[in-house]
Amino acid sequence: MNKARHNPLNMVAMHGALILYTLIALFPVFVILINSFKSRRAIFREPLALPNADSFSMIGYETVMKQGDFFLYFQNSMIVTVASLSFILLFGAMAAYALSEYQFKGNLIMGLYLALGIMIPIRIGTVAILEMMVATGLVNSLWALILVYTAQGLPLAVFILSEFMRQVSDDLKNAGRIDGLSEYTIFFRLVLPLVRPAMATVAVFNMIPIWNDLWFPLILAPAEETKTLTLGSQVFIGQFVTDWNAVLSALSMAILPVLVLYVIFSRQLIRGITSGAVK
Amino acid sequence: MTALTLNNVNKSFGNVHVLKDITLEVEEGEFVVFVGPSGCGKSTLLRVIAGLEDASSGEINIGGQQVNLVPPSKRGIAMVFQSYALYPHLSVRGNMTLALKQEKQPKSEIEGRVAKASRMLNLEPYLDRYPSELSGGQRQRVAIGRAIVREPKLFLFDEPLSNLDAALRMNTRIEIANLHRALDASMIYVTHDQTEAMTLADKIVVLRDGRVEQIGSPMELYNNPANQFVAGFLGSPSMNFLPEALVQESGQNTIGIRPEDLFLSDDGPLAARVSHVEKLGGDTNVIAKVQDHDVTARLFGQHAIAEGQELRFGYASEKAYRFDEAGQRLA
Repeated sequence: MNKARHNPLNMVAMHGALILYTLIALFPVFVILINSFKSRRAIFREPLALPNADSFSMIGYETVMKQGDFFLYFQNSMIVTVASLSFILLFGAMAAYALSEYQFKGNLIMGLYLALGIMIPIRIGTVAILEMMVATGLVNSLWALILVYTAQGLPLAVFILSEFMRQVSDDLKNAGRIDGLSEYTIFFRLVLPLVRPAMATVAVFNMIPIWNDLWFPLILAPAEETKTLTLGSQVFIGQFVTDWNAVLSALSMAILPVLVLYVIFSRQLIRGITSGAVK
Repeated sequence: MTALTLNNVNKSFGNVHVLKDITLEVEEGEFVVFVGPSGCGKSTLLRVIAGLEDASSGEINIGGQQVNLVPPSKRGIAMVFQSYALYPHLSVRGNMTLALKQEKQPKSEIEGRVAKASRMLNLEPYLDRYPSELSGGQRQRVAIGRAIVREPKLFLFDEPLSNLDAALRMNTRIEIANLHRALDASMIYVTHDQTEAMTLADKIVVLRDGRVEQIGSPMELYNNPANQFVAGFLGSPSMNFLPEALVQESGQNTIGIRPEDLFLSDDGPLAARVSHVEKLGGDTNVIAKVQDHDVTARLFGQHAIAEGQELRFGYASEKAYRFDEAGQRLA
């Protein structure tokens, strides 16, 4: 056991630092949450005060529920995020496995080409993407967003996952081959479970930017029936008047699902680290 | 019938020629050990036999059938890996039955084979545990059990003992020898440890730089090595090599004397200064300098010899081996 772990002074310092960091990280979320339950005047008079009998108001939530189809936006965001993540993880892992496991001509070039995407922001290609989506008739469909986010997430996913897959023991894969498993079975049953921590990392890295993105929903799918939550919340932000109650309420509700997804993935992450052990 | 025949097998990785014209036979029921220093190609040869690597040229026959193009799972082989390579998400039973399920064996057959193998390896209490809950020795037994249930024509062992500690290694070595007797199966065993090779093998194949140096029974190789490499590789401590000029008037050849063939003798031909003594109780290993050459003598029993002492070694001339400059044995 590490000696530093037993020293009470170190324990206090360590937990103090962690608690401080947690407070700093949670503070904005906390402010959003408390203010979403206050009346407009109370928000501006005392932004940091907790809602009390006087200032408590559900007006923000009522506005959000009345105006616009909040649940549809929510559903759109969910579909786009989950579908994009699934595609990123599936295709990213498959490409990474091919690059790390099989020797073929252009293996290295292919790897570099895929990694190149990490350095070039996808938004540079917005105009071309829009033209493409118009040509294929995908504008104002969730598919437009799913495809773009998948493309955006793949480079980093391939890069991270192929590094991890190189570390999976060759003996294990060979044992599978001798036992008569197909390459697909080896990939899905042996390799994927062992790189689960890396998969969780990739999922977390990709989930939050996709969920929060305003750019592509605004350009590719601004129609009422394909609006995402982030885009939907923008109706309350005007050039001259902003309905802060509604914005804060919408944000509060938008945080929740991300939090749930994050908890799921991070538990996977921890479980993956503790149960990997080949030897 | 022969269990395995290799005919002029070659293997290259790009420009690197790893296996050079390997030709050998493994008889039915024979225990063959591939031994050689690291990088000699013994593991690659095993992987070529298993079908995990393709041979660049040459012919591989298992049980009389050419298998060059047959995938590993259809070659009738089972392999035990150095790192055990157990499936971490399957229980011991799951690890042992996976291949049989892939072969679509009937359930009763699978259960029968698992019961038999686990009885043989004392794995019965662990069948429902996961690999992470087992010790190193138990994992190695599971890996062996996974090979046994397949009832292969040929067992392949890839340095199966090198991850175990010394005491366990000896026990497992004996277990493998017993297993070979009980199953009467053909086995190929790769190791860099000459003790494992000597104790387990019916036949040893000594490899160096991708070439077969010599094939023969352990005692054949020990008593009658074809060249200086084989002579130096087998035996522990290893054979002493001295220039012929040291003991004769002239000569370009090298003489080799096993440590146990040296004895203390006041008028022996080798004048030595002791540099280190290893007292093992039953034996005493004396490491000494004869001019610039290190010489190891293995003396039976206990001797009061100290570092720095001057003494003379003798040997029986019929026990000395002679090698020419290229390392080939001279008659």
